[in-house]
Amino acid sequence: MQLLILGANSDAAGAVAAKFAATEKAGLYLASRDLDRLRNRAQDLAIRHQVNAEAIFFDATDYTSHQAFYQSLNPKPDGVVLAFGYLGDQELAQRDFAEAERIVAANFLGALSVLEVIAADFERRGHGFIVAFSSVAGERGRQSNYIYGAAKGALTVYLSGLRNRLHRRDVRVITVLPGFIRTKMTEQLNLPARLMAEPSEVAEDVYRAFRSGKDIVYTKWFWKWIMLVIKSIPEKVFKMLKL
Amino acid sequence: MKLSGWGRYPWIEAAGVSFETPEELAGYLKTSAAGIVHGLGRSYGDSALNEHVIFSRRFNKIIHFDDATGVVTAESGVTLAEIIATFLPRGWFLKVTPGTKFITLGGAIASDVHGKNHHQAGCFSECVLYFDLMLPGGNVVRCSRDQNRDLFLATCGGMGLTGVVLAAAFRLQPVKSAYIRETVIRCRNLHEVIDLFEENKSIDYSVAWIDCLARGDKMGRSVLMLGEHAKTGRKTPPPRPSLSIPMNLPGFCLNQYSVSWFNHFYYHRQPEFVSGRLVHLDPFFYPLDKINQWNRMYGRHGFTQYQFVLPKAAGRDGLRAILSRISAAGLGSFLAVLKLLGPKNENLLSFPLEGYTLALDFKIQPRLFPFLDKLDRIVLDHGGRLYLAKDVRMSEQTFKQGYPKWTELHRLRRSLNLITKFNSLQSKRLGV
Repeated sequence: MQLLILGANSDAAGAVAAKFAATEKAGLYLASRDLDRLRNRAQDLAIRHQVNAEAIFFDATDYTSHQAFYQSLNPKPDGVVLAFGYLGDQELAQRDFAEAERIVAANFLGALSVLEVIAADFERRGHGFIVAFSSVAGERGRQSNYIYGAAKGALTVYLSGLRNRLHRRDVRVITVLPGFIRTKMTEQLNLPARLMAEPSEVAEDVYRAFRSGKDIVYTKWFWKWIMLVIKSIPEKVFKMLKL
Repeated sequence: MKLSGWGRYPWIEAAGVSFETPEELAGYLKTSAAGIVHGLGRSYGDSALNEHVIFSRRFNKIIHFDDATGVVTAESGVTLAEIIATFLPRGWFLKVTPGTKFITLGGAIASDVHGKNHHQAGCFSECVLYFDLMLPGGNVVRCSRDQNRDLFLATCGGMGLTGVVLAAAFRLQPVKSAYIRETVIRCRNLHEVIDLFEENKSIDYSVAWIDCLARGDKMGRSVLMLGEHAKTGRKTPPPRPSLSIPMNLPGFCLNQYSVSWFNHFYYHRQPEFVSGRLVHLDPFFYPLDKINQWNRMYGRHGFTQYQFVLPKAAGRDGLRAILSRISAAGLGSFLAVLKLLGPKNENLLSFPLEGYTLALDFKIQPRLFPFLDKLDRIVLDHGGRLYLAKDVRMSEQTFKQGYPKWTELHRLRRSLNLITKFNSLQSKRLGV
């Protein structure tokens, strides 16, 4: 198996790559902007799991480069893990459209652009799977991060449509909906320890979904029930909450 | 965030940052207040605690492995567990391992850890070829026995007080299987176990569990465990932890009666003599790693491990003096471990001396520290000292008498401006 990881410098992506390398002996294309860090990660995964791991430059928001990027991969991947994203600063994004645009570009437009290129190839070959990291923040808009949430929500809807399109060609699309993951992105936030998932736990959940044929996976599992409750609050009440 | 060492005492409010590249770390060091690196937090006391800490866990890439020589080069946040999981199936194992594999490479160097084979293999630094060390200005120096030797000797065992270890190269040993051929001998008292340690010096690994509540002619009764790498067997990777202590046990669970009962049971559970049984090296080296968060067993006040070494000449008398104090005080605990150590090395603050080391766990309680102060005096009177990776309470004077080379470290720390950047609660308490 050959796996392409987009946004491979994130901790969650690294853990997913390690899981597939360990259990499937998957060869890895690690793609991201910071090539130096990526090369270290590729080397590390190659030594630990005795697989081929290659670091490749990829910029999610340089849309016009995506076609050429995918063309350059040889052999073509059997699966794609899309893990890039950008949390951004909600308050800044409210004042400054440039920040809002960055958030939407990194979380949604970049994904749309590259996944269309990949989907076309997978659809033609009738082979492949796509694992994409969206977020529980995309399930309902909250004042503390609704711009990020809107971008992730758009991604979730997009993935659902893509799944619908690719299903008849036997190409799977798995939507991953993480809550909080203990990573660099959340290190400085004061989040409840009980709700945090380690990147390795996320990777286990993703791999289990891959094996069992699930379409949507919440990680950790209890987010499914938390979000069920949050989604069921009537808008009349929800708009008065401080969330 | 709330932070403590493995002993869950003391807890402090700390601000932490992590780094993934040397550049990130250098940027942080330029502006940061004095702090200390914190790996997996397995040192028992306050040696990795400060109001500011630098987490090394994300700096954890393996950089190179030479399968002809068994030399691994890795970033300091990599754990020994990861090293074992990666290389044991390929026939390589650590040359020196402490009693837990859940420590980082950087922590192994900073505490210059030792294991059941210290009498033959020495401390962890013996297998370290070199490491890169970041100094307060963000500059990186390579340290080995030939290059920047003074910093090498100060950093191995230096408790993180000489800078931040970045990448390190260290040697593994080839093994033919993942199994240990173990011999277990029940010893009726201290004399018997010490004689057996001496008789079995040629065996690679040796350690004894000791009942520190037994008195009279049973004083020092113990179970001696000897082991050597098996010549045949599979190289299966280590099993995963299976048990977990989900919360603090109430403090009253551990008292002299329950411990005495446990010790009695444990001693008599062992047959008098078992020769050459095969056990996986994981339970042999890391029996407690099977139980996640076993440190919660000691209740919410936490615990400390008191580990000292006595030079060989004073060993028997000193051990007897200390064991009789402990059994009389009734403060003892399950985990008392006795081990014969080999010759000391040249590092400034490495713990081992040729002689006997005893490690005892004690629940934190009001009468404990005055009692340990008394034991300190016996240890010093016999020319011994305490292990910094375990310590949470020794006095500055006890430290300075036990580690006469502290002055060299202090001089180095002053001259390289390390004092302003690298401090732990322990280093402040000990005045180093």
